[in-house]
Amino acid sequence: MSATTTAPKSGSTALPAFRPSMKVPLSLGILALIALVFFGFLGPDQTAEMKISDAGDAVAVPALMIPGQVGGVVFGILLLAMAAYSIYLWTQGERSPKWLPIAFAVVFVFALLVWIVAGARQPSISLAGLVAGSVTLAVPLVFGSLSGVLCERVGVVNIAIEGQLLGGAFTAALVATMTGSPYIGLIAAAAAGAAVSMVLAVFSIKYLVNQIIVGVVLNVLVSGLTGFLYGTLMVPNKEQFNTPGRLDILPIPLLSDIPIIGPILFEQSIAGYLMYIAVAVVWFGLFKTRWGLRVRAVGEHPQAADTLGINVNATRFWNVTLGGAIAGIGGAVFTLVTIDSFTKDISGGRGFIALAALIFGRWNPIGAFLASLLFGFAYNLQSILGIIGTPVPSQFMAMLPYLVTIFAVAGLVGKSRPPAASGIPYVKG
Amino acid sequence: MTENDQSKSEPTPALPAEDQSTADLRAADVSLDTAGGMLEPSIVPVSSQSGDSGAQHGSLLRRIVMGNGFVSVLAVIVALFLGGLLIASTDAQVAKTAGYLFARPADFLSALWSAMTESYVALFQGSVFNPRQGLQPLLETMTVATPLICAGLGVALAFRAGLFNIGAQGQIIISATLAAYVGFAWHLPFGLHLLVVIIMGVLGGALWGAIVGILKARTGAHEVIVTIMLNYVALFLLDFLLNTAAFRRPGDNSPISPRLDESATYPVLIPGSRLHLGFLVAIALTYGVWWLLNRSTIGFEFRAVGANPVAARTAGVKVSRATILVMAMAGALAAFGGIAQVAGTEKVLTGGVAAQIGFDAITVALLGRSTPWGTFFAGLLFGAFRAGAVQMQIQTGTPIDIVLVVQSLIVLFIAAPPLIRSIFRLEPKKKNKTPKAAPKAALVNASGGAK
Repeated sequence: MSATTTAPKSGSTALPAFRPSMKVPLSLGILALIALVFFGFLGPDQTAEMKISDAGDAVAVPALMIPGQVGGVVFGILLLAMAAYSIYLWTQGERSPKWLPIAFAVVFVFALLVWIVAGARQPSISLAGLVAGSVTLAVPLVFGSLSGVLCERVGVVNIAIEGQLLGGAFTAALVATMTGSPYIGLIAAAAAGAAVSMVLAVFSIKYLVNQIIVGVVLNVLVSGLTGFLYGTLMVPNKEQFNTPGRLDILPIPLLSDIPIIGPILFEQSIAGYLMYIAVAVVWFGLFKTRWGLRVRAVGEHPQAADTLGINVNATRFWNVTLGGAIAGIGGAVFTLVTIDSFTKDISGGRGFIALAALIFGRWNPIGAFLASLLFGFAYNLQSILGIIGTPVPSQFMAMLPYLVTIFAVAGLVGKSRPPAASGIPYVKG
Repeated sequence: MTENDQSKSEPTPALPAEDQSTADLRAADVSLDTAGGMLEPSIVPVSSQSGDSGAQHGSLLRRIVMGNGFVSVLAVIVALFLGGLLIASTDAQVAKTAGYLFARPADFLSALWSAMTESYVALFQGSVFNPRQGLQPLLETMTVATPLICAGLGVALAFRAGLFNIGAQGQIIISATLAAYVGFAWHLPFGLHLLVVIIMGVLGGALWGAIVGILKARTGAHEVIVTIMLNYVALFLLDFLLNTAAFRRPGDNSPISPRLDESATYPVLIPGSRLHLGFLVAIALTYGVWWLLNRSTIGFEFRAVGANPVAARTAGVKVSRATILVMAMAGALAAFGGIAQVAGTEKVLTGGVAAQIGFDAITVALLGRSTPWGTFFAGLLFGAFRAGAVQMQIQTGTPIDIVLVVQSLIVLFIAAPPLIRSIFRLEPKKKNKTPKAAPKAALVNASGGAK
């Protein structure tokens, strides 16, 4: 610890003593030690079986057999090596490259998985099923966090993701049932999400109400509205209002037969494909187009953007609306893909997880996507744990995304900085 | 009376000029918040932080007496009306009569009226007075309001220090868990037992709040995110504990704790009701928070940090210490809500011990404009909604969720006074450049003159 205060021996002489934060190397080191001790030395004796392809698949790949203790030690050493590299870079006064924490996270999660599976009553798991399930669970999170990215990048804090998801889920179920077409339901969900967003936009932009207040209140409002209509409309007349049917799974021939990635990428409903498209489009739009430059300018420095002739409040309004529409589609996934009916508060706090994912993903669409996948994985693991029977209580797995997010915002997993003007209303003059 | 004291003790940071429009006022707030864009903005605008920095920011009571209270009343009326429309829109009788609306409009209107009023009459009967039980429902309202007031005070206190505490839910859960455990697992003499229960609960809540304060002060982690996440952590922790042998009833697998010892619970105030000592504790806490904010050095520091952390630091306030302290105190206040639940109202610990209290507390604090007494009365109002809604659902079949709708609409409308004014065409046609915004100062002067 004292190293932080002493001047670097081999630093540049021109600049004053610069040291990157040692949070990253330090936390990686601690995590690596934890992995080595708990997953390795104290690891389970059984061998974990990770099935890659299912019995009926065209291409049969043998299952991975990883002995618990040996695997834990190997992974632990690998993690220690990465942490050591990070610490070495730190002593040289350099930051760890971006890929390092990501690679570390992947190995750590895999080590965790081996430890859990090898310690289970039934030490076997289908890797393909695990990953596919994680993606399915992550779809609403991805849409929700994209909504958050769009809103926050333009300077409006979106706590109302939960409300947008819930509004989308309800409307999708209602409209799909009444029209008989899940696709119309999907469009209606986008409209509902946009409507929730418009309220957020009007109150925060026109009436200058604190954005977090509006967001919090909107979540309550949507929860109350959908709960009320569910109780009065859907419960008494399920056939008439709450049997939306499902979006068809549209497998792409041949490609969908590839083990593991086939079902994830090429055997999805339209909402699943839309998710990949949305991530790519939002990323490209934000960082490679004139529109994106303007959006980010409004979110970082609205005065400057205004001076250059950008209509700050209009940009904010339409971005927030667009974000709501995207979250609405995410909400539709609950009622048109995951299960085929609406229940009260079906989104169950996923909007807040999406919020966490967007922060963990550092306000970047791709980061948010990856973080959503990680949280989807945690969700899925939690339900699988119950089935294979592990020593780890499922509640602790359930806590994981939330704890990870706390570490992330506390800066232990790299520094995350929101857009500068996020949360501040813009008043001209 | 206390309101006068408050206004004397607190200088008004942004003194509105006579003919300033609302937009200008808000702009002043924003620039004050960020010192003209120089600073990281505090999450809570000045207008919400300081209960009485201007005419529109008073406690509920004061705002009702003063000019702007009119807007609050209108906000409640509009919210109730919209809620009524929602109830009517799903009413079978209304739908039937709407079919021959043009033939017999009177039928439709009477169906509309009865659909709208029936639920609210039931709500009133369930929360204040009904012929069968007399004022018994009012006692139930006070019981339900107790945790809301305590947790609302916690949210309001953090608000005043510029912190948005969404974490009352988690703080309630942790405190209720600890308090309940001490209540059923330890067997102590009468009096001492309740004291230990309260101390453990408060410690739990304060710890859960302090985590947020420490993270915010040390690492700059945003308290909104941290509190939301800690709510879930607390929820899963409780779920886990209720599935362990230590917290379950012997020989029972359902996730319910044993009943708390008689000596560990708040005594009932009025026999025949559930109203317990916790309500008096809530009143005392309200007074305590008022005293803290308006009479103590620490409270002054809290408000200074809330108004402008950088200026406060320059003035010698230890901002990080104040942040940690205010979050610990907010947690401790919310803890009294958790204690009221397990040691007063329910007397057992279940997974749903916190219900929606932590989230309702946010709207309570917002409606109360973050002043202690405003929060107190807002807590009573929402307690009445909660208590009455149960009766309403039984009598008329209207789902309880309507209460959420009305609550959130009230807060939305109160947060945006220009909206209410434009609905009722209240904006005086004056020389204003921006006709949408009513000059607040004029309204204040009018009521001030009446006083």
